[in-house]
Amino acid sequence: MRFAVIGQKVVPESLLKSPSPTLPISKISSIPTPQQNLSFHFNPEIQAVLQGKQLLMDDLPFSLEEIQEHYENGWLTYRNGIEFHGKTVLCQRCGNSDSSWFASFPCARCGESCIYCRRCLIMGRVSACTPLIGWRDPDADGRTNIAILSSMKLLQWTGSLSDGQREASGRVEQAVISGQELLVWAVCGAGKTEILFKGIEQALARGQRVCIATPRTDVVLELTPRLKAVFPEIPVASLYGGSEDRHNHAPLTISTTHQLFRFYHAFDTLIVDEVDAFPFSVDETLRHAVKNARKPESTVIYLTATPSRSWQRECRLGKRAYVTIPARFHRHPLPVPELIWCGNWGKQLEREKLPDNVIRWVKIRLDAGKQALVFAPKIELMKKILTRLRKLHPDIESVYAEDPDRKEKVMKMRNKEIPLLLTTTILERGVTFPDIDVAVIGAEAEIFTESALVQIAGRAGRSASHPTGDVTFFHYGRTEEMLRAKRVIEEMNREATKRCLLD
Amino acid sequence: MNLFSPKRCLICHGEIEAEISWRSIFLNRTKEEAVCRKCESMLLPIEGEKCTVCGRELDLSFCEGSLCLDCIRWEKDESWRGCLEKNISLYHYNDFMKEVIARFKFRGDYCLASVFAGKLRSVLKGIPGDYIVPIPLSAERLYERGFNQSEALIVGAGLKPVPLLARIHSEKQSKKTRRDRIHLPQVFRLESQEKLTGKNIVLVDDIYTTGSTLRHAARILKEAGADKVSSLTIAR
Repeated sequence: MRFAVIGQKVVPESLLKSPSPTLPISKISSIPTPQQNLSFHFNPEIQAVLQGKQLLMDDLPFSLEEIQEHYENGWLTYRNGIEFHGKTVLCQRCGNSDSSWFASFPCARCGESCIYCRRCLIMGRVSACTPLIGWRDPDADGRTNIAILSSMKLLQWTGSLSDGQREASGRVEQAVISGQELLVWAVCGAGKTEILFKGIEQALARGQRVCIATPRTDVVLELTPRLKAVFPEIPVASLYGGSEDRHNHAPLTISTTHQLFRFYHAFDTLIVDEVDAFPFSVDETLRHAVKNARKPESTVIYLTATPSRSWQRECRLGKRAYVTIPARFHRHPLPVPELIWCGNWGKQLEREKLPDNVIRWVKIRLDAGKQALVFAPKIELMKKILTRLRKLHPDIESVYAEDPDRKEKVMKMRNKEIPLLLTTTILERGVTFPDIDVAVIGAEAEIFTESALVQIAGRAGRSASHPTGDVTFFHYGRTEEMLRAKRVIEEMNREATKRCLLD
Repeated sequence: MNLFSPKRCLICHGEIEAEISWRSIFLNRTKEEAVCRKCESMLLPIEGEKCTVCGRELDLSFCEGSLCLDCIRWEKDESWRGCLEKNISLYHYNDFMKEVIARFKFRGDYCLASVFAGKLRSVLKGIPGDYIVPIPLSAERLYERGFNQSEALIVGAGLKPVPLLARIHSEKQSKKTRRDRIHLPQVFRLESQEKLTGKNIVLVDDIYTTGSTLRHAARILKEAGADKVSSLTIAR
């Protein structure tokens, strides 16, 4: 779209009353924000759709005239969808600045060659002439009625917390009250969700908006009913690709990290689950999403079992506020991985063979009837391993990300119909089987980072009835990542002992 | 070729591994690929015996001689007979293609036009034509999408689109049945004063569904004196 700058405002070309020079919006370096007219009767429907969001003109079921009127009265903001900083181009919605994700086209809206972001194209095209539209509340907080909420008992939960959880829960509550950032470093199986309840209650009671963002849709689907059950009085919006709650700005939102791109200065408390998980750690743009979605003064709680090395360092140096839950809720130590050299397994695999110690490991589990989860670095290699292992037991299966039968196989594994499941890193987190041993074949591969290996080790010994399990990394040369993973796990066990969190 | 940033597939954004051959080393000529091999393999070219009018792969239960039953129906109707000389469609409209075209046209991922550039160019050069004409969009639709996909395809192939037509109707084609589409009053009008007498024209569109859009466009061009009107679409 082309806009003209007239006095203290911008006006879209099609609404100009007299001819004025116009520019694509991105060429207007600072878009003026008219002073807010408090006696203006705004349209509450526009408010409902836009509050806390950053949307495109095409997303809004309102006329351009009405939108412009709200802007001119200071109730609506226009921001540039694409910004240019010297040679770099930045998508303001998704934070993309990687030139391989931009392209340009002869645009019918601005009549110029217009750069657009391909990274977030799926949410509607943001190009150099696209304004991002947001809402402006008088005191910029848009809170729900505080008096009503704080007099109610919001949290309906009767469960109890372990000692480790209780401490973390207290810290989360404090962070919410004081509006700070906090990293919760909780081992796999510590029980992360429950420690959030008190903090969320505090936030809701203050009329704040809360969001839990997680990388995976299945987690959104699993958390939504749980949170609805413990906060029965609170409307909960559940957002993922294709969900229907898109236009609800509820007090409590559970969202995939991707859906955060639609939000702008929306949340007082933002809880980011699995900060280390794909795609968050690789994706600068999701960091941008968190920055955009939180209000300027807000609380951010990061949850992870495997913080990045730089975050770990910041924790040690006292530069980052954090709390650990070093023990599982069942009070047993984490299984420590055993590192076993298995020679050039890749070469053996070419002859449809596997190292003897790997075969022995598998046989022992098959004979004892103990289920096992075995990780391989690549799909092609995994298929070869499967051929070899099926000679030992015909029911052994493999699963990978695009496997059409993925869900079925995981279900079969749960029902103990599969003695051993081979997998790529897709099952490294989230999925839990109660009583399994875990192995990695080719742990030296690049894909097995410290955090991947910690997550993999975290699959064993999950349930209270079977709190132990063996974890073995078969490798052809130790890597720093393997050693670090082992060290982090041992440190957590040591800390748990020291804090009397183990039996 | 940039040594530092790998070339990426326009469809899946995966890296394209450069094929290194003696030719590329000595002549510094690498084949410029727009998509990776995996995506390429999902685009299925229309091959084998085709209907001589609409270019679809012939299905024995759905043809008579070298014409498919749809084209027989068209050719039976006096007002449509011979309107469209011949259509060529490059690929099958399979699920993968559906997704690629939806992203290109509805999501507005303009640069996907380059996926088809090479093949489009070589096929277009083989069709005798004085003008390459894009199927037009209504002003409303053009604003919504930001560009005309047919024009994008022609430009992407490095050729010059000649906008001889404009659209009168603005409703969406995809919401109509075949019957509706065929019995529609004229949807296009002639935009240009250009003399078309004796000219050969090639229409370009993204998809051939029932063939009615292309035939409507072809008929108006024929009425304006065009000698032959053929068409090319990415998929059918």
